[in-house]
Amino acid sequence: MNTRSHYDVAIIGAGMSGLAAGIRLAHFGKKVCIFERHNAVGGLNSFYSIAGRKFDVGLHAMTNFVRPGVKGTPLTKLLRQLRIERDEFALCEQKQSRIAFGPRGETSLRFTNDFAVLEAEVAARFPAQIDGFRALTAAVRSYDDVSLDAQPISAREVVRRHLADPLLEDMLFCPLMYYGSATERDMEFGQFVIMFKALFLEGFARPFEGVRLVLRVLLEKYRAAGGERRMKCGVKQIVTREGRATALVLDSGEEITADHVISSIGAPETERLCRAGFTPDRSGLNPDLQVGRLSFVETITILNRQPAALGWGSDTIIFFNDAERFDYARPAGRVDPRSGVICLPNNFDFGPGRELSEGVFRVTCLANYDPWAALPEEAYRAEKARVFAEVQRSARRFLPAVDDATLADATLTTDMFTPRTITKFTGHFGGAIYGAPVKHRQGRTALSNLYLCGTDQGFLGIVGAMLSGISMANYHILQRG
Amino acid sequence: MTKDECKQVVLEIIADIAPDEDLSNVKPDVRLRDQLQLDSMDFLDIVMELRKRHSIEVPEKDYMQLASLDSCAEYLTPKFNALPAKS
Ligand SMILES: Cc1cc2nc3c(=O)[nH]c(=O)nc-3n(C[C@H](O)[C@H](O)[C@H](O)COP(=O)(O)OP(=O)(O)OC[C@H]3O[C@@H](n4cnc5c(N)ncnc54)[C@H](O)[C@@H]3O)c2cc1C
Repeated sequence: MNTRSHYDVAIIGAGMSGLAAGIRLAHFGKKVCIFERHNAVGGLNSFYSIAGRKFDVGLHAMTNFVRPGVKGTPLTKLLRQLRIERDEFALCEQKQSRIAFGPRGETSLRFTNDFAVLEAEVAARFPAQIDGFRALTAAVRSYDDVSLDAQPISAREVVRRHLADPLLEDMLFCPLMYYGSATERDMEFGQFVIMFKALFLEGFARPFEGVRLVLRVLLEKYRAAGGERRMKCGVKQIVTREGRATALVLDSGEEITADHVISSIGAPETERLCRAGFTPDRSGLNPDLQVGRLSFVETITILNRQPAALGWGSDTIIFFNDAERFDYARPAGRVDPRSGVICLPNNFDFGPGRELSEGVFRVTCLANYDPWAALPEEAYRAEKARVFAEVQRSARRFLPAVDDATLADATLTTDMFTPRTITKFTGHFGGAIYGAPVKHRQGRTALSNLYLCGTDQGFLGIVGAMLSGISMANYHILQRG
Repeated sequence: MTKDECKQVVLEIIADIAPDEDLSNVKPDVRLRDQLQLDSMDFLDIVMELRKRHSIEVPEKDYMQLASLDSCAEYLTPKFNALPAKS
């Protein structure tokens, strides 16, 4: 008799996608266990404390926001599938966001959760392009983006059929790429459609308490449905035999077995668990196992006042760029401060009299993993400080002017993460938040009972990751009975 | 179980999987899809909730039988009545 633990389904990783898959499976009576290496859930979307202060990782905004009563969109689908009542997430809407291009953000497009605002802005700034923009929007609306077997086409090509102004083209791509492209310079059109809907046709919101609330709701659903979870319990090997995953070896050496395995840790990361001696393919010779080239740094500045007190009260998210052409690519140096994303989480509409207790000013820029990874500890710290200043200085050009002394006086503390931080805490190779450039929409792997969900299945972001977990659990396990 | 009770069971399931739908005026002879926003994920859930709560199996080839409340009742009532009596 075998005394090892046996599960119907073992899930690797307690990020958004793994938790969502777990909820579905546990709800329908499967014996499920989620194995997580870290001591916290959430993965790329989590939080941590330093000196009693909680910092959110990830979550600038939950995309795909729609108001109650709007149905058939990703947010409503995922709430239904996870049996979450809308009120449980208590989403608060953004005030407004902006795409700001030029050395001081001279060309700017505002957008809110009401698409008409963006449309009017495009009409005002790019009158010659508005018909094309409307045609592009129509093409986006009618595209079947949930098909799991669509043929890849270039989004740049499709967009250029409608828009003749490269500035407008870049301005539209900038937020969509920052919030959901694992590929440099161009996107697959299906992914462009998903992101266009998620940001522009739908919108941004967040719970007052941030990502912690989302995680708490997910964990509670999972627990109530009877799912098991083992923390600080990484999977170090997937034992394979005759084309199947037959056992998982945990970091402790313990072995467990499962009929099905779902991995949320990424495609090359999963491959490494299956094959001893596997090293991620940086040459790109095996496109299925490429490591993503895109990584990010983020600076976090905690303020002793609301951003509004500095004159920064109107914008929730700002996507900025001052390069001639927007260059969404791995930078040559450690970081590319020419473009990025500013997030002021205080500027969601939390309702009368309610505000976050401290001001937060975050800036994300593209970064290159390799030069960060190679640095010895001391040099790493020094570089962090240098890049912090560079990134913050660049971003401030796109906000109303605040002099250095005032900002310094308002600053309580700062923190920063780099590509190295991402790899350390989530295990993603290359600090690649959006994973590998080649996605596996059907979640299949070389092993018949091992499936991918999350980042490398290809639905990105918080809402995307949850939908990915749901779809893979449905498609590979629940639908088969 | 009567056909009306069977319709009630189906409505209860829909109320749980789609709490954002108003079910007070569902017409039994009209396709559910035509009066409610239910997609294929939701229909899969109806099938799985039937299995989970009532041990009723609906094979994929019979999914069309769940199109309206009337057709659900037609198809499911005999299945309910064929279940071993609950003790
Ligand atoms: C700075 C930042 C900002 C972001 N901003 C936003 C935003 O504003 N809006 C938005 O929608 N999305 C945002 N995202 C993206 C979003 O966080 C991710 O797309 C999503 O969380 C991915 O979830 P996942 O489940 O696919 O992967 P992950 O979160 O990576 O989950 C994988 C889990 O597996 C665990 N793991 C890895 N290896 C092992 C192993 N061998 N054994 C066991 N466990 C293992 C990891 O610890 C991790 O918990 C942001 C991400 C970052 C980093």
